Amino acid sequence: MGMEEEEQVIGDFNRWRQRPELAEAVAAIKALTAVIQRSQASTMMGLEIELKNASEMLKAWDRSSISLSAGCDLFMRYVTRTSALEYEDINAGKSRLIERGERFGDISLKARETIALLGQDFVQDGCCILVHGSSRVVLALLKLAANNGKNFTVIVTEGGPKKTGMEVSKKLSAAGIPVTVIVDSAVAYTMDRVDMVLVGADGVVESGGIINVIGTFQVALIAHSMKRPFYVAAESFKFARLYPLDQQDLSISTGQEESSNPARDYTPPHYLTLLFTDLGVLTPSAVSDELIQLYL
Amino acid sequence: MESGGGARRGRMVIDPKVRQVGFVTPGEQDGPAGVSSSSAQVNAPDSPAPVMIPPAPRVAVPAAADHSPPKPAAPVPIPPRSPPLPPRNFDAEDEMPLGSYNPGGEGVLAGSPNSSYGKASSEKAEIGDLSPTMVAELNSSMMEMSLERSKYELPVPEKENESTADVISERVEVPAINNNEGPENDARQRKLKDRTSKAERRALQESQRAAKEAARASAAVAKAKPPPQKKDGSNEKKGVDKKPVDKSGEKDKKKEVVVPEKDKRKDAPAPRLQFDDEQKVAKARRRAIVEQTTETKHRVELFRHLPQFVPPTQLQALEEKYLQNDTMHIHPAVYQVGLKYLTWDIVGGNARCVAMLEAFKEMIRDYTTPPQKVMSRDLTAKINSHVSFLSTCRPLSISMGNAIRSFKLKIGKLRDTLTEAEAKSSLVSHLETFAQEKIILADKEIVKHAVTKIIDGDVVLTHGFSCVVEMVLSHAHSIGKKFRVVVVDSRPRLEGRILLRSLLAQGLKCTYTHINAVTYIMQEVTKVFLGAASILANGTVYSRVGTAAAAMVAHGYRVPVMICCETYKFHERVQLDSICSNELGDPDALVGVAGRKEFRELVGWDESEHLRLLNLTYDATPADYVSMIITEHGMVPPTSVPVILREYRKEPIL
Repeated sequence: MGMEEEEQVIGDFNRWRQRPELAEAVAAIKALTAVIQRSQASTMMGLEIELKNASEMLKAWDRSSISLSAGCDLFMRYVTRTSALEYEDINAGKSRLIERGERFGDISLKARETIALLGQDFVQDGCCILVHGSSRVVLALLKLAANNGKNFTVIVTEGGPKKTGMEVSKKLSAAGIPVTVIVDSAVAYTMDRVDMVLVGADGVVESGGIINVIGTFQVALIAHSMKRPFYVAAESFKFARLYPLDQQDLSISTGQEESSNPARDYTPPHYLTLLFTDLGVLTPSAVSDELIQLYL
Repeated sequence: MESGGGARRGRMVIDPKVRQVGFVTPGEQDGPAGVSSSSAQVNAPDSPAPVMIPPAPRVAVPAAADHSPPKPAAPVPIPPRSPPLPPRNFDAEDEMPLGSYNPGGEGVLAGSPNSSYGKASSEKAEIGDLSPTMVAELNSSMMEMSLERSKYELPVPEKENESTADVISERVEVPAINNNEGPENDARQRKLKDRTSKAERRALQESQRAAKEAARASAAVAKAKPPPQKKDGSNEKKGVDKKPVDKSGEKDKKKEVVVPEKDKRKDAPAPRLQFDDEQKVAKARRRAIVEQTTETKHRVELFRHLPQFVPPTQLQALEEKYLQNDTMHIHPAVYQVGLKYLTWDIVGGNARCVAMLEAFKEMIRDYTTPPQKVMSRDLTAKINSHVSFLSTCRPLSISMGNAIRSFKLKIGKLRDTLTEAEAKSSLVSHLETFAQEKIILADKEIVKHAVTKIIDGDVVLTHGFSCVVEMVLSHAHSIGKKFRVVVVDSRPRLEGRILLRSLLAQGLKCTYTHINAVTYIMQEVTKVFLGAASILANGTVYSRVGTAAAAMVAHGYRVPVMICCETYKFHERVQLDSICSNELGDPDALVGVAGRKEFRELVGWDESEHLRLLNLTYDATPADYVSMIITEHGMVPPTSVPVILREYRKEPIL
């Protein structure tokens, strides 16, 4: 693939990424869809190879993003499956893939709605929810619960050093939900008052654990030791075929340098109670089930 | 968590500064240069604080100095071995796929069993120790045979006299013919006999049948009740064998008039023969092909439901029954393989399965359908008799059971329109594909996945000898990862020594300890890789005895435990403990200690009324202790075993 091709793919990707509502994985898939549209290949195999190259480039562009590589893998998986079916006309095959790629954007938004619908059942009147990190899915979930007339309060961790918690709290209070912001070190202190913890995920790994913004593991440990349920809201395209054994293993597989200031950590499945996904409410062990079916 | 900190965090330290885990008995201290100068730490036996002594200067093991060029099996009965060529380029192994699991490609068929016994008694003086053939076949570069085994043999005393019992062969699984497959197989065995001496028996049976029928019917109904209790335990035991039994039982049913009593028992799912049921044991004994003498006075009561170990004096009877009896004609290839099982020449799930498949291939090639018979049915019957022979030599492993199941299914699916030659070649290619895909290629995939989990500075622990784990460690070493290995071994088989030899020959830094030291050594370990005989539906790992202990200790120290296992070894049954299903080994193997001639405390144990010796072969590791299972489909959590069984076994196996 030439330099221009590469720039185009990455350019596409960045453009899509700028849309705030779009998940990274979806942006990647849209970029790949654009590749199909531009493709001059005359066979499905040729198309597949082009896509594979584009996908590798995207992954190399941002090694540390789990959902990006998960999204690429997912789309490639779909492509391989589709091209296995005999399409007499390459154009028919292409249009099928393009259609699927474009639907993916809708699917991702739809996924968020599905998760919000499933998850808001777990929000009870009068409960207090602890939120860590900034996830659009979690926001959608809480907004839906509030719209359905549930009364609950939210405690948001500050999320240093970038202070992402402030943005989250603004959005939540705009939706009419009472919010409190606490410093990250005060999680154990507040855990007494909390009924459940809710976080999003950058990626969900084969063991059923999650990769999320730094600090999630800490919160999970505290919640587990104080017997509070820990819920994760994640779309199914974030399922990745990684299997980290520990934090160091994580940084190796994602290729990020093991630094003293990591951006993400790995929470083992043992500390998670349930995952809200668009495939349903799953236990951590079911994640591998879904992954095996997906990548059969 | 507790002591996980210090020693383990020093991951970048390749050379361990505190090393002397001196579990070397005095006799072995002056081992051959090849061993003692290697990284296996040897210590003066009486030093009080082994930990404080600085490591002996490590001499690099001369890489290829001792290796003779690979040559195929000479007409030597026991294929002697040479260590593999290090460092092994993994791709180079492609040239030699199937042989990895055989004691040298032709080894299965070359060399007569009799001479191997002659050799066995003199050379295999150690209890269940590194017989040259065991060492040979467990080595990936199987083709090389040379007579340099002795160089690597840790000093072993001449103990022929004390341990001959197990030397000749480990055991003859005498009642296995009947018990492994339950009353269904009993029924089939009886039918085989009916066919052969039909004229004589029919007349007698016909007259007695009417009279007995009524009495039997009510008795069978009553019997159907108690079996359910045992059934729950026994159904899980070797469900593997039930399936082939069911299938062939149904086929044979069409062929012959069946005694109603047999019918009744067929309707109830066949329970495994439990040896504490006196009636059934007596029945089985009457029908047994080989005389069995269950040594009830030496029996451990807790394990009396398992077939007891029978010393191989039965070998004579075995030969007589199987070789001279024309109707039970066992193909020589299968016979040889069976004898190798008997003597524990071939050990390990993969090796045994591959050897068996090879033998079956030969059998199929030589097979001709007798006149007036349908090929698939006759062949199934022949396979059954061969399988029962093999299980007489040594109980079938789960891997073998799954392979047989798949093979019988294939036989059953043969289209009638095929000519005999086409059918035979289709069956042979099925066997080839099975071995190739499910074992050899699967192992390569497993190695690819597993190697990503080994990082520089790791201390990898393994127990016993798993061929897959050996491949993983070799490959990781060959691609340049810097790590060291701790080999934990356990009596009486001391299989870890084979692995140790192989790894040392490749230049890996190794530590060798006994299972008693596993809690001590676990402090420095960063990862544990183990093999498995099978993984059950609830994630329980069924593996060589001692594995559970290592996994448990690892779990206690929060060390991740990785099980490397091919999916063809997965099984649908569930086992909660190591007792309800196991294999009993030779109790006499526990009596002597290698290197300690003066250890005679247990000699004469069988005369004591209060003393029983128990030698288990397998144990069950709960899923909680397992961090991940590495299969050819990738790394999965132990909870996903039923998922794999469901997804990848849409047709049962393949």
